[in-house]
Amino acid sequence: MTQPALCRHCQEPVTATSPAGPDFCCSGCAGAYELLGELGLSSYYKRRAIDPKIRALRPDEDTAGNVDFTELASTDDTGIHHLNLMVDGIHCAACVWLIETLLQRNETVLKARVNMTTRRLHLSWQGDKADIGTIVAPVTQMGYRLIPFDPAALEQATLSRNKELLRCLAVAGFAAGNVMLLSVSVWAGYFQGMGGATRDLFHWLSALIALPAAAYAGMPFYRSALGAIRNRRVNMDVPISLGVILALGMSLAQTIRSEPHAYFDSAITLLFFLLIGRYLDGRARGQARSAAEHLLSLNARSITVIDEDGSRRLIAPQKAEPGMIVLTAAGERIGIDGEVIEGQSDIDTSVITGESIPVLIKPGKTVFAGTTNISAPLRIRVTATGGNTLLSEIVRLMENAEQGRAKYVAIADRVAKSYAPVVHFLSLATFVGWWLIGGLPWQDALMNAIAVLIITCPCALALAVPVVQVIATGRLLRAGILVKSATALERLTKITGVIFDKTGTLTTGKPELVTQTHPDALELAARIAANSNHPLSRALVRAASGPVMPYPNVTEQPGLGLMAQGPTGPVLLGSRAFCNIAENADLPSDVTGPELWFSEPGKSPARFVFRDMPRSDASQVIDTLRARGFDMTLLSGDRNSTVRQLSESLGLRDWHARMSPTDKATFVQARADKGKFDLMVGDGINDAPALACAHASMSPATAAEISQNAADIVFQGDRLGAVIEAIDVARKADRLVRQNFALSFAYNLITIPLAVSGFVTPLIAAVAMSSSSLIVIANALRLHAKSVKPSGDRVFENRPQASQQAGA
Amino acid sequence: MSNLLLLIPIALFLGLLGLGAFLWSLRSGQFDDMEGAANRILFDDDDDQFSRKTKNFQQNDS
Repeated sequence: MTQPALCRHCQEPVTATSPAGPDFCCSGCAGAYELLGELGLSSYYKRRAIDPKIRALRPDEDTAGNVDFTELASTDDTGIHHLNLMVDGIHCAACVWLIETLLQRNETVLKARVNMTTRRLHLSWQGDKADIGTIVAPVTQMGYRLIPFDPAALEQATLSRNKELLRCLAVAGFAAGNVMLLSVSVWAGYFQGMGGATRDLFHWLSALIALPAAAYAGMPFYRSALGAIRNRRVNMDVPISLGVILALGMSLAQTIRSEPHAYFDSAITLLFFLLIGRYLDGRARGQARSAAEHLLSLNARSITVIDEDGSRRLIAPQKAEPGMIVLTAAGERIGIDGEVIEGQSDIDTSVITGESIPVLIKPGKTVFAGTTNISAPLRIRVTATGGNTLLSEIVRLMENAEQGRAKYVAIADRVAKSYAPVVHFLSLATFVGWWLIGGLPWQDALMNAIAVLIITCPCALALAVPVVQVIATGRLLRAGILVKSATALERLTKITGVIFDKTGTLTTGKPELVTQTHPDALELAARIAANSNHPLSRALVRAASGPVMPYPNVTEQPGLGLMAQGPTGPVLLGSRAFCNIAENADLPSDVTGPELWFSEPGKSPARFVFRDMPRSDASQVIDTLRARGFDMTLLSGDRNSTVRQLSESLGLRDWHARMSPTDKATFVQARADKGKFDLMVGDGINDAPALACAHASMSPATAAEISQNAADIVFQGDRLGAVIEAIDVARKADRLVRQNFALSFAYNLITIPLAVSGFVTPLIAAVAMSSSSLIVIANALRLHAKSVKPSGDRVFENRPQASQQAGA
Repeated sequence: MSNLLLLIPIALFLGLLGLGAFLWSLRSGQFDDMEGAANRILFDDDDDQFSRKTKNFQQNDS
């Protein structure tokens, strides 16, 4: 295969018939290249790094359908307008640079700042509010998509929570450092004979720093502990808060009485360590969640409404009302439920029915939101909105399922539930024992009791889970697997069965050519097919080697086929009936599946058979899972024959075809009721209720919005191996969490007797607590170190290809 | 002893200064985009990035 020339702008191969000449794949790219040249920004091409895994940015040739942002901008007192937009298509720092520079070239723009982490743009400008259209035009011409978003609604809660944790962390860190400085002097003083007055001064100074700092920095823990107690539960934060407050209170009392031992350093260092764990935990999950949100927001498109006077406007799908006429272009996703009133087209319904082959839609037929219009524009009259749509019915199903799912208690809270009472009892027993039986004055007995609380304060225990989770989530995030739910990894370890959806999950959702009767006919057929967006036509073009030059003057009859004028008469590509081929035509038909026929005058007809091929590593993944003893099930809404074919080729014995969304959910629920823990992997709208029912759930990033919302984990990329990767990491993480718990208990086993017998001094407490925390963190880091290699190999398998492309 | 009375307040004051600086930078949004900040340092601002500002500087100079 000869290497086709690559587009100078987007690096996609250029087809021979590209309307934009030999250097560009389309006029959009040519326009973008020219614009950059005019502005003197060609250095963009030197700066950028193209990641082969992400689709290169290709400007739309028709940017007329841009949304008007004027109404979304807000104006402040000084007459400056502000607008927040989400940007789709940012791959690297060069994109950020390009967008900012393009915007700043406009004299009215005061500030254009792209946040690379969240991929959001903040724009402020002066002058006319309506100028926004011309201001952002260069950016959209480059192919970036700008999507309005409401900054107040999006993840603001998580963000401000994380900021609060960071503030607390800073305060605790400052206090811990300074108190430790003073404490080290006091400890040194034990051995070198520091005077009582100096020691008391140092204790007072420590109190001065530690008390306000702990009051502020401990707020996240106190709040959560209070909340738990109000609900008559015990979580990890209860013993933490109690330990910190008692330690500080006792230390203050000791300082007032001018006693030698104060625990200010232990209390504040404890808070510091715990805040580190908590902040990292929140950040890791925040990243995964914001990545998932970003993926979702890209699907949120507006719909084109045609008013009575024939004018078009874009509105949000939620604002559609019954009776409105909506125009859906070919290739666009249908945003509403409605009845087709004009046009004939093929509709890809795989997200709803699981059928991989499009269905023909004519006026009078009903279409549903979420499906994709393939071949020709349609005018649709909205019939249902709000609670009456198919989508909201599925949402109801999903909500029922979620209510039914027993509320999962995180392992840390389960441990805390049994740990806290034991610790509190031990401490009480120490107090009573020393006071009533040991005959100590009650102050000293109380001090020993509090020492028990401090030493058992679950510093290591509270770090045991979050540190492991942070590393596990981070590792998966780098592999393109987004863990959205806090308990997803824990639930994943319990899995005994895996339930797969077919279309789009086990398969790629794109048909591929599997057999053909006349290989010599392929080239011409592909050239004709290049005129169509139908999945089978696309597959034919992909199957042809080299660049395919679209055949001129081809007419498409949606649902039937394509017709072209050949040198010797009409050439037809389409269904058997369309090509006028008798049912009993003598052609080998051992392979079944969707097919295309091709007839040329004077030649025998050719037949192309397609199949929705499994993902490249599907059978490998199934084999691995089977070898590990998972029982696997295939649930599909597709036809019996198709499902059987796939499950036989993958060796899945347990399969169910023709399942409705409710069937799927009931099936999963029934298994759950029998006490089985299943992982559901699915992508369609029809899988969403089942995803919500299952013990744990995953969906690919190409999945329908609602499924991604329902799933605990979203994975990017073409490889199903993500399922195994996630299970592996979850299991490893679980093992490390358990080891960490064992380590902290072992440490407590040694230190509790010391504390109960009254031997613990602040120095011992500090050493024991920090060392146990360090051991737990070091143990958690093994998740990182030990498995970097295999995961690295798996994730970056595409790399060699990448360098080839970049080099070409 | 007397040096302690001087040094401890100085140490605390410097520490507080650092803490204040951090909280200020946090509030002013400098920690909002860690990834962008890491990459932004690589942009050369000699050519285009701050074209308008450089223009102004040049005008002032001449």
